[in-house]
Amino acid sequence: MANKKLKRLDLVFKDEKDTESVLKKTFSRSNADVINDLISSGLKGRGGAGFPTGLKWKLTADAKGDEKYVICNADEGEPGTFKDREILSKVPHKVLAGMAICGRVTGAKKGFIYLRGEYRFLLPGLNEEIEKFHKLLEKLDCRFRVEVFTGSGAYICGEESALFESMEGKRGEPRNKPPFPTTSGYRGKPTVINNVETLAHTYSIFKYGPEKFQDLGVQDSRGSKVFSVSGDTPNPGIYELEFGMTLQKFVDDFGDGDTKAVQVGGASGFCVPRKKFGKTIIGYQGRLQGESLPTGGSMMIFNSSRSMYNVLHNYLDFFVEESCGQCTPCRVGTQQLLLGIEAVKKGERSSSYLDKLLELAETMRVTAKCGLGQSVANSFASIVENFKEEMIY
Amino acid sequence: MEDVKLMVKELADNYGRSEENLLPILQGIVEREKYISEEAMVEVARELDISAAQVYGTATFYSFLETKPTGKYVIRVCKTISCMIKGKNDIIRELENVLRIKMGETTHDNLFSLRETNCLGQCHKGPAMLINDTPYTELTPEKVRKILCDIRNIEFPAN
Amino acid sequence: MSEIINLTIDNVPVSVKEGTTILEAAKKINVRIPTLCYHQDLCVAGNCRVCVVEQKGADRLLPSCAMPVSEGMEILTNSLKARNARKHMIELLVSEHRADCTRCYKNGNCELQELSSEYIIGEDGFIDLIPYKEYTIDHYSPSIIKDDSKCIRCQRCVRTCNELQKIGALAVAYKGKDMKISTFFEKPMFEVVCTNCGQCINRCPTGALTEKTYIDRVWAEINHEDKHVVVQTAPAVRVALGEALGMEPGEIVTGKLVAALRRLGFDSVLDTDFTADLTIIEEGNELLQRLKKALVDKDPDVRLPLTTSCSPGWVKFIEHAFPEYLDNVSTAKSPQQMFGALAKTFYAKKIKVAPENIVSISIMPCTAKKYEADRPEMRSSGYKDVDYVLTTRELALMIRQAGIDFASLPDDDYDSIMGESSGAGVIFGATGGVMEAALRTAYEIVTGREVPFKNLNITPVRGMEGVREATIKIEDPLPEWKFLDGVELKCCVAHGLANAKKVMDAVKAGTVGYHFIEIMACPGGCLGGGGQPIPTNEEIREKRTAAIYREDENKPIRKSHENPEVIRLYKEFLKEPLGEISHKLLHTHYRARNRY
Repeated sequence: MANKKLKRLDLVFKDEKDTESVLKKTFSRSNADVINDLISSGLKGRGGAGFPTGLKWKLTADAKGDEKYVICNADEGEPGTFKDREILSKVPHKVLAGMAICGRVTGAKKGFIYLRGEYRFLLPGLNEEIEKFHKLLEKLDCRFRVEVFTGSGAYICGEESALFESMEGKRGEPRNKPPFPTTSGYRGKPTVINNVETLAHTYSIFKYGPEKFQDLGVQDSRGSKVFSVSGDTPNPGIYELEFGMTLQKFVDDFGDGDTKAVQVGGASGFCVPRKKFGKTIIGYQGRLQGESLPTGGSMMIFNSSRSMYNVLHNYLDFFVEESCGQCTPCRVGTQQLLLGIEAVKKGERSSSYLDKLLELAETMRVTAKCGLGQSVANSFASIVENFKEEMIY
Repeated sequence: MEDVKLMVKELADNYGRSEENLLPILQGIVEREKYISEEAMVEVARELDISAAQVYGTATFYSFLETKPTGKYVIRVCKTISCMIKGKNDIIRELENVLRIKMGETTHDNLFSLRETNCLGQCHKGPAMLINDTPYTELTPEKVRKILCDIRNIEFPAN
Repeated sequence: MSEIINLTIDNVPVSVKEGTTILEAAKKINVRIPTLCYHQDLCVAGNCRVCVVEQKGADRLLPSCAMPVSEGMEILTNSLKARNARKHMIELLVSEHRADCTRCYKNGNCELQELSSEYIIGEDGFIDLIPYKEYTIDHYSPSIIKDDSKCIRCQRCVRTCNELQKIGALAVAYKGKDMKISTFFEKPMFEVVCTNCGQCINRCPTGALTEKTYIDRVWAEINHEDKHVVVQTAPAVRVALGEALGMEPGEIVTGKLVAALRRLGFDSVLDTDFTADLTIIEEGNELLQRLKKALVDKDPDVRLPLTTSCSPGWVKFIEHAFPEYLDNVSTAKSPQQMFGALAKTFYAKKIKVAPENIVSISIMPCTAKKYEADRPEMRSSGYKDVDYVLTTRELALMIRQAGIDFASLPDDDYDSIMGESSGAGVIFGATGGVMEAALRTAYEIVTGREVPFKNLNITPVRGMEGVREATIKIEDPLPEWKFLDGVELKCCVAHGLANAKKVMDAVKAGTVGYHFIEIMACPGGCLGGGGQPIPTNEEIREKRTAAIYREDENKPIRKSHENPEVIRLYKEFLKEPLGEISHKLLHTHYRARNRY
């Protein structure tokens, strides 16, 4: 069995107590050098969308603005994802250091952690950690400060522009883009918004240099990734693994021997059936062989006892409730998909209605205002196409 | 009524009186009162100089900002996929039986309210629930009974 | 920043300024992209996604209303991909809309219906969501019906209520499938801060927001043998009614309007413009009286600035939002209500009909007028002073129902008495009109001379600027008004309640020293009222405005105090402005209202 195991990494969770020296070292370098390191490391956003982090910092640094902000997106709401919670409870200082460095190179004086309401129990520990961190910053003569803003139960606030709206006291409704956060984010000011894990990785990059990070992973997908593993597995939990593995290798390691499908990337991700495990590679879209799947790190394993209809139904139920409701394709489309598969299942509509629903899902993908509505098609199409018979009978 | 006024004023003094302080203020009200009443919303609207309808619209967007009277302990059972396949329905059944209420209701003594919620981020330890801010994971019906029992013992120490 | 961007739309090259949206660029080359949530008067929402277009080489479609152009873009508005997506959007909206078209008040005037017919939404569409939803139909308001089952969540109404009008009666509530347009705690519209201005109705693309119609009751009254039905027509109706009957915006149809009303069977066809002139006499004197009390008597209780009171939306707005300023509002009733009070007293006597047999109808550009007529204060004749209020739109519908070919009607004249008006009465329909009319009269009362403006046109108070200020210096007044010598009368005009709020905030902050403020609840004044023909936009409102001022110029009498019928009314009935009868019939009081 041992040879079946994927290599466990320990970059993110290693309990390193050298924040001060990492900050000192980084603060002493030029902003351009720091950004260049980040760019050459190849780090991409770990929330799932995969935007190059260094470029994001550079765009914000270059943007004109009297005030700028750094926001750590800890509104981790994607079903099957819980890594950010673990990072914030185990190594919050790495995240804070990443934010302070980001503040330094972009010119932002203020940082916020948008903590989802479901993680409010982390607040006391986090505030304590921030207080300690502020003392350290004082010592280093850095005026950057961090504050926690708590959410109140709305998945969509993980979408960056919805998150800004929420922080501004409004309904968490995504904005039209452009403009993008790097020029017009929180309060309409240039803003870097990074996922918790992304910021934790920057710590390692600044500590060890970009090469070490670059050495991990493959091609367009560099570094390690923290995976949240759940479902039908004997070993649910958090694992830091290298990018570029095939899903087959992952299943060999984590499956229960009867794995029928893996949902990669949560409800807004893709469902991969057993027959495609071998040619599916976990990483960002790139020049990889076979199909590659980006992921915020949610790996949900289903064994053959599970009804994929029930799985899809659960996802759609989730979207129907968590859509912000402002744009037509998402608000109405999600309801139609849910009622649609119910109708087919009950025999009220013929199985060909699934084709109409697939077309609708594709329309949602190309017309919805934000990532939520756009990505409903991912799970919908991948489940319906791969498990059509389960949808009908 | 006066109490509500005072409470909202205090929160506004604390968090500020611009629109962007709305969420912390509403969260503060929920922390104290468990829900945001009509009177409280009107006061918030007055303090922040925004429309009451806007306060209502924002409050109803966030599922943790209750706008109807709620028990002292709000139980939110995760209904999302991992918890579903790990048996959240058994947990809900147990809760309903022990509390003698249905999903969405509040016990007569106003102690417990029962809700379903979307992913709590405890997927590796399902089924999971929150009671107010505290997560409880890897639930079994037995565990649920014990948790409720412990809370009752805190609330009614004489028994 | 105003760089020129070159792109092609449907293979036609177009060059526009940086920052232009694809939708605007398309309009420039006469390519119409269908829209639903977009409205020229409102900020861009990008909600409905009906206006999506394809950009060559891009995977996702672009919302043309929200997407700025970029250099070299190749846009296809009718590619198969864009068309299919657009059709999906329409199908989805229809699926959450109670598509009960033949029974709908907006049948034939519904943007969703129009698009559905253009895109041939067949019966094999998506699942009808209406049976799965709980929805409310709120018909408790005397002015507005809000039917959530017809709502497509475009949020035009919310933007209207919050941006254009800053009323804040409507908001978006809940999320996901439960997302809806709601009042505070989903209370009925009549319980909340809604001013009944009806601007939301003007912009609702479907039948979710409509006026409460009283057409059938009016038909019944007309056909009632014992009843004498008196109708009054507001100034702004005559410059807009034509639009609802196939004519171009900006046509003056006063004569045809009178003729049509006669054909419909109204017994006396009279003019609100007459009581507009009367309002000027009462309100003008009230202003002068307040100025005297403030400047000569040094009365600490006198409240200035004085604000106008003819817009019922504005009156309700101040009752909710600035209750501490109610004493600043002129006690003079609106022209509609002055007319109503006189119709069942003075006029009833004149035509020798018992007041209980008089039915008093008004044709208004306004939905708030329905509510105003319902106010308990508005029964000073001993009866309900105005029985039914119809909007311009409802009158157009009656004319169509009666099979009248409006365009070919010969012009006709109002009945007398209470049918004559001055140009000053006519311009009540435009923002700044009341101010101008009041100044024409007040200045002459005080100085004995005409206002020092060419052709009596007080241009500084005209226009579409949201808030306008003007100062008139009083020089060489008549002996009686000596105390006003050298006084600079500071006037302010605001239209649209967002601007009203701005002005009142300034008054509250003490940063402005106005004496007299004219406020109209609706953009453009009454001519942009919530009861006017749909659609509305700046261009249409400007055409109506031009028509109003044309009508003024064509009038032989231009000043309210020279209206011979008004003079007669004082001589025969009222005796003097602000006198005892005026006080009883023509003035009113206000009440503070709730914050939500």
